[in-house]
Order: sequence, then structure tokens, then C-alpha cells
Amino acid sequence: MTTTDTPRTQSARTYPSYAKSLWQRVLLTREFAVIALLLIVFFYSRNQIPNFDGPLTIYYLLLDVAPILLIALPMTLIIITGEIDLSVASTVGLSSVLVGDLHQGGMSIPMAALVAILVGVLCGAFNGFLIAYVGLPSLAVTIGTLALYRGLGVGILGTTAVTDFPEKWTDLAKDRIGDSSYPVIVIPILVLIIVFVLLLHFTPFGRGVFDIGLNDEAAHFSGVNVARTKFLLFVMAGAVSAFAGIYFTLRFGSARGDNATGMELQVIAAVLLGGVSIFGGRGALHGVLAGVLLIGVLQSALRLDDVSANVINIIIGLLLIASVMSTSFLSFVARTTAGMKRRATEGSPERQQASAHHEGNNS
Amino acid sequence: MTTPTEMLVEPSRKSAGQRAVTTILTSRESAIALVLILVIGAATLNTHSFLFSSDSWRDLLLAPSILLLLAVGQAVVIITRSVDLSVGSTLALTAYLTGRLFVDNPGIPVIVVFLIGIAAGGVLGLINGLLVALGKVPALVITLGTMYIYRGVVLEWAGSDRINAADMPKSFLSLGTKTILSIPVLTIIAVAVLVAVGYYLRTARGGRELYAIGSDPDAANLYGLNVRTRVIGAFVLCGALAGLAGVVYAARYGTISSSAGTGIELQAVGAAVIGGVAIFGGSGTVWGAAIGAWLLITINRALPILGVQDFWQRAVVGALIIAAIVLDRVLAVRRSRKLIEARDAS
Repeated sequence: MTTTDTPRTQSARTYPSYAKSLWQRVLLTREFAVIALLLIVFFYSRNQIPNFDGPLTIYYLLLDVAPILLIALPMTLIIITGEIDLSVASTVGLSSVLVGDLHQGGMSIPMAALVAILVGVLCGAFNGFLIAYVGLPSLAVTIGTLALYRGLGVGILGTTAVTDFPEKWTDLAKDRIGDSSYPVIVIPILVLIIVFVLLLHFTPFGRGVFDIGLNDEAAHFSGVNVARTKFLLFVMAGAVSAFAGIYFTLRFGSARGDNATGMELQVIAAVLLGGVSIFGGRGALHGVLAGVLLIGVLQSALRLDDVSANVINIIIGLLLIASVMSTSFLSFVARTTAGMKRRATEGSPERQQASAHHEGNNS
Repeated sequence: MTTPTEMLVEPSRKSAGQRAVTTILTSRESAIALVLILVIGAATLNTHSFLFSSDSWRDLLLAPSILLLLAVGQAVVIITRSVDLSVGSTLALTAYLTGRLFVDNPGIPVIVVFLIGIAAGGVLGLINGLLVALGKVPALVITLGTMYIYRGVVLEWAGSDRINAADMPKSFLSLGTKTILSIPVLTIIAVAVLVAVGYYLRTARGGRELYAIGSDPDAANLYGLNVRTRVIGAFVLCGALAGLAGVVYAARYGTISSSAGTGIELQAVGAAVIGGVAIFGGSGTVWGAAIGAWLLITINRALPILGVQDFWQRAVVGALIIAAIVLDRVLAVRRSRKLIEARDAS
């Protein structure tokens, strides 16, 4: 898919994880760099930007960021296996249309939501089947289903929009927990975060996800069911996207075919910003959560500071490039200093293997 | 192509003419072209004016020209096993630049505007290429980043400003409608670019090296090819073509806002994939990508005529992309089985 050589000096070392002390291993990581950046931006905005510490800021920030936060969870796992899913935003749009269309046809909101989630599961299963069992490249498949699912959504509703939803449900999407400034959507988000953190970081399934990303053949031979794992991940992405679509519909009280257009790239940008490697095999959910929130905080801070909203595009882009370039820059520095040290002590020629080229994820 | 001492398959004993016929009959490009002809034929049978009215004929050729330019550039980048998601933003930036040039410098020659547009696109492509090649970072991530940056720049620069047809000289806008021998000028430009790039990829050393890099970057590196320079070159070409597409966009539509070309990057990738360019590089031709682009646009126009609401157009495009890659897979499996049989038989 991409140009090639990511330096992976880790493979040349024996036990890199234990070469440093515990606090270094925990704190000097990409994830904590993003968390630190998030905290800096957050507290800077609180002190410097008028109205940022008002009660509404957090509320709207969480409301706005919720769909991206939800979809980023399964997307993280998918990218860690070295695949990608570009069709999530189209699934959001399709489920939004289904909720609207079925409700217009007289179905109650919970039933319509259930159908929408089932369709989301089917969408994910279709992606997963083509990628995991037929063995097609995920980038190409999901570019196809990006158009397909969006087309189905737009096809069902045309240019019309369904806007008459019962207030009970649209209010629920915007409701707060008690008197706090947290919207109700935080509860399902927290539940899903706990589920995905447990799944990725504390189960054999999660270890398998990382193994597949590092080397899917080796993972297969060490007993990981590669195809089933990938298939399930795409199904999860479909289901969570459909849920995000239902939330999106109720929050804005409008079901349209073009809801959430372009959100897939926002989600992927947030996931990559959170320190997940696009080659797979590397990443953690706390970094991703910080990445999503960082974009959300920047967005609302800039809006309150009367900076035009366009600058946020430039900042997201620069952050994304800086975050991926920093890895190769740091490993370049590490390699050169290591090379100089070795030459100083041994005088032997630089080992070519150290910069062994790593092939892109061409599974 | 090297000649190994033991060959898996004997070289063909057919004559050059027979080989050419087989190639045309079995190639991926002709399959897509056949689908295109079927779509045009079906639409024409339904409504004769789809092909035979002069306006419609012009549209048939003119409408794909922008996506065709983007798809050709995208194909070159994908062949080197990269991808460029920033082309839509590059298009918007150069289209707006075109408009601004005419507004700020009345009387500027049209050819100069074209050159500036291409150069500006090339510079944006160069930034992508440098970041990808020197940073050793996957192109998907880099160009996702520059997609946001370039789009942010054009949004900031243009704001809610809109450049209208009245701001641009007649001689420039007439390019959008002018035809030579009933072929639109913009289409001639796009096809000329297509032929040049296609010829370069097929015959020139640099073109063959792009395929080698896409097939196996490590092997290409060990073989002594300058992978970095070639990859940067591919991105510059892709950016320059997106820049040209931006100028063409300005000439064709006459109205430019900062949201021009949103989402067209995935259409360009889709066109290349439909046209048989493998997403992991090393195979495919720009001819296929160009026919893919033409097919995408033509389906868009043909569906309403065939009685399908045009809302379903994207669903059809999606189904087409998936059908194309599944077909590729089936053919690849069959080809490798044949090779294995040939080896076992010998």
C-alpha cells in the first residue's frame, strides 16, 4: 500500500521492553506524549480562552466528539491488525437513513434502531468476509463499500430528510446525567471503552490482534485464527458505526443520506494521531482516546477564540504529519548515535541489518 | 524483466500479430472498455440523444476529463505502492489560484495560468513526495495529513469568497466549451497527457522502474534503483496533474469555491482500482485507470436515462469497484493455478 521502509530496530534488539526502567517504559511513549499534549492544550485553553471553562464547553465538546470517539474504538483494533476500514462513515449514514425511514413507516425508535444495528452488522460482515476470507486488500474493498453503503443510504431517502422524531428520543440524545455537564451518551461510550480496552489489552483475542499486525503468517502458525479475528473486528466496526449513526440522527433530529460524510478520514486521523502504527502491530487505546479528545478540545478552543474554523484543518494535518514523522525522526537519531558509538568503540562497518526494511502490510 | 535459466512458462510461439490480438481480447483494459461501451449502448438505445445529440456527445467526452487527469496521476502513484489522498485538496487550491490569477492580474495569458497551475500542483506533490520518501512514513498517513492542510489553506485563503465566471476572461472560459473536430479541447488536453504518461510508463526506463519499485521496493533498492527519487517523481507528477485538473476545473465550471473537489480523491482511487491498477502496486496501466474514470462518470450520466434514480449511482459505483477487485482475485488465482499446472506437467 505504501512506501516501504519503516525502521524497525526493535527486531534487532532482544528484549527492548526491559532495557529501561518502569517509569521510562510507561511515560516515555507516544501515547503519553499525546496525553501530555492534550493536558497542555486543555489547561492552556482554560486559562487563556474566555468561556472555555464554562459549563457548556465540556457538554458540547463531548456531544460533538461522541461519534468519532465511538468509531475510533473498533478502528484502532482494525488498524492494529494492519487493515483499514474506510466505509465506517457510510455505515453511519446508512443506519441514520434506516432509522429515519423505518420510523417514518411507523416503526418505533427502539425497533428501528435495532434493525439499523443489524444492518450495520451485515455491512461489517460483508467487508469482513471479502477481506478475511476472500483475502482482498481492505483499502480497495472499503473504498468500494464506502461508495456502496453511502449509495444505498442516499438511494433510500433521495434528497429528502426525515426530521419528525419523537422528542422523548431526541432529548435523550442531548440529555445530561443528573445536573452534571456530561451528556448521557458518555455512559454507552464508557461501557464500550471498557469493553474494547479489556478486549484489546487483556484477552488472548487482543494479543492475537497485535500478532496479526506484526506478522499474520507467524500469528497463524502460533494458533491465532487470523481470518476469524479480522472478520469479527469488521463486524464490530459495522455495529459500532451503526450505533453512532443512530446517535447522530437523534442528536441532530435529522436523518439524511449524506450524514457524516467524510467522517472516516477524521476517525483515522484521530487514531493515527493517538500513536497507532498504520503498518499494524502497535498502538494502545489510551493514546487513541487522547488523540480524539485532543482534536475535540482544539476544535472547541479555536471556535471560542474566534479563530476561523478552517485553521483546525491545518492543525490536524500538521499534528498528524508531526506525530508520524517524529517516530522515524527519533529512530533516525537513535540509529545514527548508535552507529557513531559503535564505530567509536569497534571501528567496524555499520551494520546494514540494523536498518532492515520492513515491507508494508501487503497481506 | 530478466530471463531466468529455467523458465516456468515457455515464451509464446505465436506471431506478434496473434499475440496482439490475444492481449487485446484478454486484457483488463478491454474488459472495462467493453463495460463502458455496453453502458453507452444501453443508454443510447433508450434515449437516442445520449450519443447522437451534439451537446450530449460533447458531455460524454468532456465530463470525464477532470477525473481522468486525477486518475492517471493516482495510477502512477499507486503503481509505486503508495497512494495520494491529497489530490482533491490540490485541485481546489490550484483551481482557486487560477481564479485569483485572473482577478489580480487582468490580461494574464492563458498559457501562463496553465503553467502556474501545473507548477503549483507539482510543488504540492513535491511536499508529499519529500515527506513520504525522506520520512519513511506511509503515504496514506502523509497524504491524509496534507489533504487536511491543503484544504485548510484554501479554506483560509478563499474563505466564503467565490470566484465567478465574470471574473475570468472569455478566452479562458471558452476552453470549457470549445471543440476541435467535435472533440472538446479539454478532453484533448487530458488525452494527450494520458498518452504521454502511458507511453512513458510502458517504454521509458523510469516508467519500468516505477513498476519494479511497486512490485518489491526492497528488491528494487537492492537492484540499485534510486527508489526515493522515483517515488518523489511519481508524487510530483501526480501533484502536477492534479494542478492541471484544477485549471481545467476552473475553465469548465467557471465558478470556484473553496469546497471544489471535496471527496474526489477516493473517486480517483476508485477509478484506478476499477481500471485494474492493483492497490499494492506493481501492476496496472494508466489506460485502465483512464477508462475506469470515464466509466465512473458515464455511469453517473447514464443511470437516470436507464430509469434508475441517480441517487443509486454511488451504490452502483461501489458494487462496480468490488466486482472489479473480486474479478481480479479470481483471475489471479486461476493464473497461478495454470502456472503451477504448467510446472507440474514439465
